[in-house]
Amino acid sequence: MRKLHTFGFLAGALLTLLLFACAIAAPFIAPHDPSAQDSSRRLEGPSPDHLFGLDDLGRDVLSRIVWGARVSLRVGLSVVLVSSLAGVALGALAGYFGGAVETAVMRVCDTLLAFPGILLAIALVAMLGPNLDNVIIALSIIGWVGYARLTRGQVLKVRQMDYVVAARALGSRSGRVIARHVLPNVINPVIVMATLGLAGAILAEASLSFLGLGVQPPTPSWGAMLTAGRRYIGQADHLAIFPGLAIMLAVMGLNFLGDGLIDALDPKYRRETKE
Amino acid sequence: MTNYLLRRLAQVVPIALGIMTLVFSLAHIIPGDPAVQLAGENAQPEDIARVRTQLGLDDPLHEQYFHYLGSLARFDLGTSFRSGEPVSAQIATRYPATIILAIAGMFVALSVALPLGIVAAVFRNSWIDNVARFFALIGVSMPSFWLGPLLIIAFAIHLEWLPVSGRGEGLKSIVLPALTLGLPLAAILTRMIRVSLADELGNLYFTAAMSKGLSRRAAILRHALRNALIPVITIVGLQIGSLLTGAIITEQIFSWPGLGRLLIQSIGARDYPQMQASVLLIALTYILVNLLTDVVYAVVDPRIELE
Repeated sequence: MRKLHTFGFLAGALLTLLLFACAIAAPFIAPHDPSAQDSSRRLEGPSPDHLFGLDDLGRDVLSRIVWGARVSLRVGLSVVLVSSLAGVALGALAGYFGGAVETAVMRVCDTLLAFPGILLAIALVAMLGPNLDNVIIALSIIGWVGYARLTRGQVLKVRQMDYVVAARALGSRSGRVIARHVLPNVINPVIVMATLGLAGAILAEASLSFLGLGVQPPTPSWGAMLTAGRRYIGQADHLAIFPGLAIMLAVMGLNFLGDGLIDALDPKYRRETKE
Repeated sequence: MTNYLLRRLAQVVPIALGIMTLVFSLAHIIPGDPAVQLAGENAQPEDIARVRTQLGLDDPLHEQYFHYLGSLARFDLGTSFRSGEPVSAQIATRYPATIILAIAGMFVALSVALPLGIVAAVFRNSWIDNVARFFALIGVSMPSFWLGPLLIIAFAIHLEWLPVSGRGEGLKSIVLPALTLGLPLAAILTRMIRVSLADELGNLYFTAAMSKGLSRRAAILRHALRNALIPVITIVGLQIGSLLTGAIITEQIFSWPGLGRLLIQSIGARDYPQMQASVLLIALTYILVNLLTDVVYAVVDPRIELE
């Protein structure tokens, strides 16, 4: 576990911690009720009792950002969980058994990769209807490909190792060999990919919500808040500034954390996946 | 070379067909009946039925599919449900706007990244290198749908130098959209160029070029930079694709009348033909650009094994 104490990693860990804290303890951290409206103070700028100001309905922006962390993290974690489980399973099967299974899985991967990701997400959400669950489904359909390719590559390498050949020769069943000998070798790069994938999913959710295809009002979502705030640029700039800042800090924190984890968990990762 | 080109082209065909199929099926599983929307709020069931027949929505799905592929082969993209005009006419006005925006974005990206990346690599660990690294860091994490509004606040609202949105003021109107689209890419490219050139500067051929009397400047420009730019070309090519999809958001921010904005508008209106055509065209352009990148890459670097 070397290089864990670099500045980037610590900053990343701190920002990520803040993101999780906001999401988990939103009711205790948020200074106001995120949906309480004070129509007499619409669009008011930052002040001591409303640090990030008030929005077009007179709701406290800071509280909505704190609650928005829940939406971002819920989408992000769900997407990472679903796509990593599906991707690792399919990639392991493809790599371990080869043949028709491998061909089928990799063909689907290639087709999905040929299609620009965000375009596919837009099209899928448009098809399924804009809401939180469908955003998770759409992003998972795109997301598993990376994990599948990563896992298959690792499995192909490990499959030839003496200890795997030995385990098979001793009569271990395929399922046992995969679970006991193959998957432990894949877990580190998958953790790194999941951390970076969490950042990607949060950004993608915000993009979709920004386009009006994500979480629908009145649920506080950073992307949707930014879209709503855009209408008041020049009149109430803080409505566009703070939600965007939240998105950037969350994404930056997770990217830092992921980069730090690369060095700590898996120095080979950078070479293999970033060439 | 010809063989390689033909083979790459042959690979594109099934992918393109796959995308057409995907696009067709997507548009047909969308919840909500376009006939109901088109017939208007007070429409009787008969009106809706008439609209459905007119649009061919009553035909079996496979017939609609083959009809769709047949029309595509004739470059007939269908008729917009909303305006009643041919989709191809809409696309013809929107497509160039997106291409212009993408080119302008790439121009911004390269004119920032090339000098910054080169200087950062040559003067490693200097203050300018730190500036370049900080810029790369911010640029990679900053979502374009935040950068856009920030630029509007600064340059359109407070300084009043540039228009807030639209395409009405010629060159002035493209500056902010191009910056929004190009700066995040500039961040990625700066990092790439810096790393790539720094690697080359450590090579023996570079030392050799200097030791035979070439100035450092000439050795960098004539030898190291050429090699350093090879991997950058791939990234640039691949990123043209991401510029196209990035344009969807940028066009939305600045009401830029391009293909991406058309796509979002047609989704809202459940205008199937228009939506299909926009997705299809963005995706096909993306594939073609990637194909082109591969080819250029192979031409530029003779070491690359085409077989």
